[in-house]
Amino acid sequence: MITKRIIPCLDVRNGTVVKGTNFENLNEISSPVQLAEYYSSHGADELVFYDITASSDGRKLFTDILTETASKVFIPLTVGGGINTLEDFDRVLKCGADKVSVNSGAIRNPDLIPAAAEKYGDQCVVLSVDVKRVDGQFRVFAKGGREDTGLDALEWIKRGVNNGAGEIVVNSIDTDGVKKGFDIEMLKAVCEIVNVPVIASGGAGGKQDFVDLFNIVPDVSAGLAASIFHYGEVTIDDLKKTLNENNITVRL
Amino acid sequence: MLAIIDYGVGNLFSLQCSLKKIGVEAVVTNDPDTIKKADRIILPGVGAFGDAAKKLRATGLVDTIKTEAENGKPFLGICLGMQLLFEKGYEYGEHEGLGFIKGNVVALEGIIPENLNIPHMGWNALDFKCESPIFKYINDGDCVYFVHSYHATDCDESVIATAEYGVQVTAAVGKGNIFGCQFHPEKSGDTGLKILKAFCEIGE
Repeated sequence: MITKRIIPCLDVRNGTVVKGTNFENLNEISSPVQLAEYYSSHGADELVFYDITASSDGRKLFTDILTETASKVFIPLTVGGGINTLEDFDRVLKCGADKVSVNSGAIRNPDLIPAAAEKYGDQCVVLSVDVKRVDGQFRVFAKGGREDTGLDALEWIKRGVNNGAGEIVVNSIDTDGVKKGFDIEMLKAVCEIVNVPVIASGGAGGKQDFVDLFNIVPDVSAGLAASIFHYGEVTIDDLKKTLNENNITVRL
Repeated sequence: MLAIIDYGVGNLFSLQCSLKKIGVEAVVTNDPDTIKKADRIILPGVGAFGDAAKKLRATGLVDTIKTEAENGKPFLGICLGMQLLFEKGYEYGEHEGLGFIKGNVVALEGIIPENLNIPHMGWNALDFKCESPIFKYINDGDCVYFVHSYHATDCDESVIATAEYGVQVTAAVGKGNIFGCQFHPEKSGDTGLKILKAFCEIGE
């Protein structure tokens, strides 16, 4: 049986890992390579690297860090941030990424997902969506959660899967950084409409939030979090022990 | 020296790094003499069966690989490289494999329950079917990382481990000096490194 995955997410800017609250007021933490090695040897099932730099210098630094991480860490790596073209897919895959996550790039260029899926396979293409409730609707936000696209999130996700996205990361802006639990209602809605793995992101504050996530929405494949792992509030080993005690299948 | 067969399929960066990590000298090559000189061979691969089989034949290396494998050189196929060890693959048509191991490669679609996603992707536990030298350092039930939509069938006598995904998916095979892993040892953390290490110690 496939185990539920626990995925630490590393937002990388100018060579360091950062994590903010509600996407604003970003704080720096530490070396992404060291952090990746630490997580890999302490039970992480996969790592997500988001490049949140905007400059070309920052991008170069990011790909160097990615290459170094991939040469030391032997678990699946997903890379996102600044993925707008097939050349961007190529650039990060060559550095050792296994999957590539697209977000705003897919909104700007609707052909990106189908083209990438055809070239690299569905399993390589991850659609990451920042979702916020607006007037009772799940709405897709772009540009790191700053811009309301007006798109209905469920329709957008369904279209992405039909176009070849092999996995969905659902990041709830409403619960992100608040540490009061994952957005169960939003995740249930997404799991009902897709047949590819759904990764829950945004809102984890403690171990019980993961237990609740997998118990209440058993179709969710993975839980992703950043700050609670980075600040050592929850260790992945300990979290997995708790999940196991709650009869949730994990890799120990 | 270990030879990783280069036939233009897939990214070999992680595999090279993981071998380096366990202290094994590996070269990525499509040169028959290098393959003959190597003390063991890995056939990697991602993508579709037919396309990969065609690319492998186009290198002109098939005879060399067959001779080396028949001469008893330790040989490991990974993911699609494992699937190519079988007689036939049924991915977008019917394609000839290397035929080192009896069996065929068929789609998981239609044989696993409909509520399970395809590809079979993620960490799954190995269920040992028999002892194997490549499992020397790992335990029954250890998890490894899978990403695949097809699996080997009609190959019972060479199955050394399965993984439960609605059905018993063929996870690893072994026949004499020839081994295959459907999962990715180079992406399976410590367990994967231990499998590679055990393979690299066969015959030493």
